[in-house]
Amino acid sequence: MIIRVGHLYPEYLNIYADRGNIAVFLHRAASRGHELRVEPITLGTRLEPGAHDLLYVGGGQDREQTMIAPDLAARAGALREAVEAGAALLAVCGGYQLLGRGYRGRDGSWLEGAGVFPLETLAGETRMIGDVLLESTLEEAPGRSIAGFENHAGRTVLDPGCETLGRVVAGFGNDGGSGYEGCRVGRALGTYLHGPLLPRNPWLADLVLSWALAHATGAGPQPLTPLSDELEQEAHAVSSARARERGGRPVRS
Amino acid sequence: MSVRLAAETAAATAVARLSRFAGRGGGTTLPGKLVWMLDPGAVDALARRLPGGVVLVSATNGKTTTTAMASAILSPTRRLAWNNSGANLASGVASTLLLARDAELGLLEVDEFALPEVIRRTRPRIVCLGNLFRDQLDRYGELEHIAERWRAAVEHLADTTMTVVNADDPLVAVLAEGREAVLRFGVDDPTQGRDGLQHASDSKYCVRCGHPYRYDAVYVGHLGAYRCPSCGHARPSLDIAAREIESQGLEGVAFTLTAPGASARVRLALPGLYNVYNALAAASLCLALGVSLDRIVSGLERFRAAFGRFERFAAGDRTVLLLLIKNPAGANEALRTLQEGDVPPVVVVALNDRIADGRDVSWIWDVDFEPLLARATRIVATGERAAELALRFTYGGLARERLEILPRLESALDRGLALTPPGAELVVLPTYTAMLELRATATARGFTRPYWEQARAS
Repeated sequence: MIIRVGHLYPEYLNIYADRGNIAVFLHRAASRGHELRVEPITLGTRLEPGAHDLLYVGGGQDREQTMIAPDLAARAGALREAVEAGAALLAVCGGYQLLGRGYRGRDGSWLEGAGVFPLETLAGETRMIGDVLLESTLEEAPGRSIAGFENHAGRTVLDPGCETLGRVVAGFGNDGGSGYEGCRVGRALGTYLHGPLLPRNPWLADLVLSWALAHATGAGPQPLTPLSDELEQEAHAVSSARARERGGRPVRS
Repeated sequence: MSVRLAAETAAATAVARLSRFAGRGGGTTLPGKLVWMLDPGAVDALARRLPGGVVLVSATNGKTTTTAMASAILSPTRRLAWNNSGANLASGVASTLLLARDAELGLLEVDEFALPEVIRRTRPRIVCLGNLFRDQLDRYGELEHIAERWRAAVEHLADTTMTVVNADDPLVAVLAEGREAVLRFGVDDPTQGRDGLQHASDSKYCVRCGHPYRYDAVYVGHLGAYRCPSCGHARPSLDIAAREIESQGLEGVAFTLTAPGASARVRLALPGLYNVYNALAAASLCLALGVSLDRIVSGLERFRAAFGRFERFAAGDRTVLLLLIKNPAGANEALRTLQEGDVPPVVVVALNDRIADGRDVSWIWDVDFEPLLARATRIVATGERAAELALRFTYGGLARERLEILPRLESALDRGLALTPPGAELVVLPTYTAMLELRATATARGFTRPYWEQARAS
C-alpha cells in the first residue's frame, strides 16, 4: 500500500528533529511492506483535497513560524476537511500551536491559526523546558506511556471537554497547570512532545500509521504487525526515567 | 587598585589555591564565583587594570579554538589573561582576570548567553563574533533570541570598540552594519562550496526581508556567500579572506590568508573548513591589535588543537582521535572532516545529556550521520543516552549487526580499541561531558600524546 504524506513547511518547521519522526514513519511502514511517499507542502503549494493520508507539521523558531503562519491559516478549510475525511495528522510543538485557533503574544498580538484543534495558546513569561512523561488518554491505548521532551513558552488552553493525548505524570504539559498534554480531534494529534516523539514511542507511530492506512484503504483501522522494538523500549525507559528525575513539575491549581 | 578590590582579590586568590589544593578541579571558577557573588562590579575594575585592554571572542562553534589560536599568536610577545580552561561564563571571566597577575591584555572566550553582561562589565577594545548556530535549545533558547541579545549588546559598545565579524554568517554580519570600526572576515573560494544548505540549516532567510537567500557558495552550515534575490541584502565585502583552500584530510588544511595589502600561505595542523574560519577569526582580531602578518602566520602554524576538540592519543599500537561534537552544525563538520580522510573502520559515538551537553538530545537527528553509517564497518554507541543514539543510527539505515551499544564510556573505548586493527586509528565523537570523562580515562590509562604530535608541538 502507498501512504501519501504531506509534510508541511519542512524548510521552515524542523527545529526539534522533525525528520526523526518522518524517518520512523518511513521505516515502520516499510517493515510492513508499505511505501511512504512524502511530499513537501510549502508556501504557495496547493493542498489537494483528499491527496494525503497523513499530514505532518513540525516545530520552528518564532521567526520561521511567523513567516508561514498566514499561509497555514489560509489552509484552515482544507486542513479541517482532510481531518474530517479521516486523514491522520500529527502536529508537534509550534505546529501544534499553529493548528489551534491562534496564538496570543505577550504584547497582545494575535497570530491566527488553522483552527483544526479547539484550543488557544497564550505566550507565557517563562519557558517550560524538560523531559516529560505521559499516560495516554487515547481510547485505543489508555494508560500507555509516552516519553518526550518539551520546550515551549506558550500555555495552551483546550476548550472544555476536548480529548487530550495524555495525562501528565512528570513534566509541564499543555499549560503547566491542567495536568494534561496534547489534543486529539478524530485522527489528528497535536503535542508539545519532541525529542523526537516517535522513535521512543513506536506504538504511537504505529497507531498514526494505522489511521493513515485506514484512510488510504477506506476500511477501518487495522493493528499493524508488531516489530521487535527492543532499542525503542530501551530508549523509552531512559527517557521516562529522566522525566521522573528531572521533568518540570506541573503546578496544580 | 582600591582597598576593597585588593581585599576581594586576595580572598578569591586564596580560594583558588585552596580549591586546587583540595583537588577540586583546577580552581578555575570558584574564586570568580566568589567575586561575582560579593561584588560583580569588581569585574569592571579588574578589566580596567589591564593596560592593553580586553578582547572578547564569542560564537556558537569555535570560540575555544579561536581564542587558543589567538593566544598562540599573541603569547610570545604579550602577557595574557586568557581563560584557556574554557571557563567562559561571567564567573569564569572574573576568575581569569583575578588570577592573571601582571597581564597586559585580556583574551577571553565568552559564552553566547553571557556576552552582553561581559561586554557591559569589561568594556572591550575588540569584540570578535564568529557564528550563530542552533545549539542546545533547552539551555540557550532559540537562535533569534541570542541574536537579539547580541544586537542590543553591540549597540551599547563604545564607538572606538573594534567589531570583528564573520561576514559569511548573515545573522552575525548584520550586527556590524553602521559601525565604524569593523573588520569583516570570510571564505572566498567557491571550489570549497558544498552542494547546498545542509538539513535544518539556520538563518537561511534574509535578515532584512525574510526571503530565502541565494548562495553563490555554501561553506559551513549556513555560512557562505549569500545574496537576497528580493531586497539585495548580500554578504559584505571581506577585509580578511581565506582563498585557495587545500584540504590535507585529517592532517590539516592550507589556505592563503589575504589581508589589506598583504597575503601569506598558512598551513594549519588542524583539519576542516571550520578551522579555517577559526583561523580567520583569530587572524582578524590579531590584525586589529596591530600584530604583523608574519607573526600571525607563524602563530597559526604552531598551533595544535584546543582541549578535546581534536586530540590524538597513542594507545599501544593504535591511536585514538577525539573529536568533540555538541550541536548539528559542529557535528556535521567533524563528520565531513572524517570523510575527507580515509573513513576509519570503527567509530565510537558518545552521547551524554547533562546540562553542559544539552538535556534535550533531539539534535542528534539533525546531524547528517548517514554518510558515516554507510561507510564505517562498526559503530559503538555509548554514553548515558546510548539507546537514543542507537535508534538514530538504525533508523538512519545502519544494519543492527554493525552496531554495538555499550552505555559505559570506558567499556565502549575498550571495545572500540579491540575492534580497531593494530596500526589503525579509532575515532571517538563525544559530547562535552563524555569528552571530559574519556580524556580522564585516557590519562589514567597512560595513553600519551603520540611522539609526532609532541615533536610538532615543541
